[in-house]
Amino acid sequence: MTAPTDPGLRHRLAERGVDARLLLLVPALVFVVGLFVYPFLYGLGLSFQPAKGGGPFADYQRFFSDAYQRDTIAKTLWLAIPAALFNVLASVPIAYRMRGRFRGKRLLTTILVVPITLGTVLTAEGLLNFLGPAGWLNRSLLGLGLVDEPVVLIQNYWGVFFSLVISGFPFAFLLILSYLSGIDPTLERAAATLGAGWVQRFRRITLPLLAPGLATTFCLTFVLAFSVFPSAYLVGDPSGETRVISIAAYEAAYQANDFPLGSTIAMIMGAVELAVIGVVLLWRSRFYVGSSGGKGA
Amino acid sequence: MTDAAFRELRLDGVGRRFGDTDALHGLDLTIRRGEFIALLGPSGCGKSTALNCLAGLLPLTAGTIRQDDRRIDTLPPERRGFGMVFQNYALFPHLTVRRNIEFGLQMRRLPRAEVARRTAAAVALVHLEEHAGKLPGQLSGGQQQRVAIARAVVLEPALVLMDEPLSNLDAKLRLEMRTEIRRLHQSLGLTTVYVTHDQEEALSMADRLVVLRQGRVQQVGTPEELHARPRTWHVADFMGFRNLFPASVVEVPAGERVVVDAGGLRLVGVPAQPVAVGDRVVVGVRPEDLHVGADGAPADGGPADGGPADGTVTATVSVVEYQGREFAVEVRTAAGLRLHLRTTARLVPGDGVTLRVPAGRLLVFPGGGGDLPVATAPLGDDVPAAAAAAAAAAAGAADGAAPVPQEAR
Repeated sequence: MTAPTDPGLRHRLAERGVDARLLLLVPALVFVVGLFVYPFLYGLGLSFQPAKGGGPFADYQRFFSDAYQRDTIAKTLWLAIPAALFNVLASVPIAYRMRGRFRGKRLLTTILVVPITLGTVLTAEGLLNFLGPAGWLNRSLLGLGLVDEPVVLIQNYWGVFFSLVISGFPFAFLLILSYLSGIDPTLERAAATLGAGWVQRFRRITLPLLAPGLATTFCLTFVLAFSVFPSAYLVGDPSGETRVISIAAYEAAYQANDFPLGSTIAMIMGAVELAVIGVVLLWRSRFYVGSSGGKGA
Repeated sequence: MTDAAFRELRLDGVGRRFGDTDALHGLDLTIRRGEFIALLGPSGCGKSTALNCLAGLLPLTAGTIRQDDRRIDTLPPERRGFGMVFQNYALFPHLTVRRNIEFGLQMRRLPRAEVARRTAAAVALVHLEEHAGKLPGQLSGGQQQRVAIARAVVLEPALVLMDEPLSNLDAKLRLEMRTEIRRLHQSLGLTTVYVTHDQEEALSMADRLVVLRQGRVQQVGTPEELHARPRTWHVADFMGFRNLFPASVVEVPAGERVVVDAGGLRLVGVPAQPVAVGDRVVVGVRPEDLHVGADGAPADGGPADGGPADGTVTATVSVVEYQGREFAVEVRTAAGLRLHLRTTARLVPGDGVTLRVPAGRLLVFPGGGGDLPVATAPLGDDVPAAAAAAAAAAAGAADGAAPVPQEAR
């Protein structure tokens, strides 16, 4: 950027927000271009140059014509959508209850949020110990005589689902708590004086004002869950029930050394995520999105 | 759910504690049907607490509220059927004006036709026909205020509660809305409890006023009673007695008069409550009741209730503010006492003036227990320290040192 010498021009540019402070954006721009835009476009280009020959869309055809590959989309969605939904829906009542000030709020928040710091591997290890055939849960259930043989909750769908809930819930909870605190509490009091019971207050006032926040939270936790990889291996069934799409991409790129196919699968993964987010945002656009009267949001 | 009207609403010893502090203590009040009651007091006096207790938004920690013979303080807000107008209006931001107003009617599960009819009537009542389809965010403050009022009154509630509804409006709009609310009250006959910290608002709108201070009732009465005969100096402070200073009783002659000594000045006044010789008291007089009789010139059009008992004070003009029809003037006596008055006479700072203090307008309040008005030292105080000390000694209160506020009786 060369500083314009004409003071009139400089003034006009400054009025449009063009001044030396724009330079502050440079690091972020370098970061975004170097670490996102370029790799993305590189991968996109790679996906159109199949290693095994054929037209530019040969790898896409290959992916969709092979049921073993194609099914990874459904398997991943089947994990990610319920997990994201559960995280959002379970967060709402807890966050709703925890809006105000009360003694021990900080401690409770900490306990709810700690899992976010654990990391997938530690979570997986804990799940193996706790839910495994010889884990505490099964030993307790057997000891109490509630079951005759161990309940299988790991190395299958449920193991991965629990792992996604443990890592995704704190995230969803924090987001929803901040969205809920952004809703002016006098709105509910006003509704109460107008004769609305708590169900109606929640349904008619809080929920519509919270809906945009729910949509955003769902999208973010969904994306996190959709790219599940380590726990699908560690506590899942990586060759069967939980062969998620990231495993397919990993196998193509690093076990078969077919980078173009790996890129193709990554692109498909992105497209599916965008499609789900698009549907959610469409739903969200039906709701009021202005101020909710309170602080923040 | 609730009967739309009642004969009376009785509050008995209503109290609310927050932790160790009494936000409201021992409120006894009977609200008759159709009355307009104002709860008046400075911020933190418990008036909003009282309103929230009435609305059911805050549970009581003491006392009962009865609507005729039915106890209602245990009912949740949605079962009381009282309308409430909030200070920040609390309009539902995602609903249009019409839907905001409809909300309460829908909660009562009224037939659709009736909901539409009553909503339209309420919209017309507050003159918002053209704005009925807008969201609250698109309206001005005054319009939002009107929506809030329409939303509360459309239910024809037994009682309307208003929590400083005009405090977020500018001065001109405030005056307009004040008239509007009073008009609505008269035309709909709604029993109203109105919380405000603005004495002028309270005096002009209410049938009865309840003055609160530190959670306790100071005085209950009609605007005339409170204006003319405040019982404590705190009430007087609120009722425009800007000149309040500590004094001591020197003489209690027969009749409705007492002689007090305030900073070396002998003044004759009317006791608001019985006092005895030697009592620490607080005397108060309104700025408009002090009359300038500069250098023996006739008093400036004061009422002819003067007489030999009227006190006179000589002082020096220190500040003059132009206020349209008249001037607001601050004067200082030789002893350092600051007095405020209003006059049409053109005075300039430094002028010497003689003030006449009509005995009938100087009220004498009990000031026991160290509960005295705080004499704040003005910026750039030019009173000689010796004079100030003398005044302090005479007045029996250290000038500038804030006495610890204590509960009034």
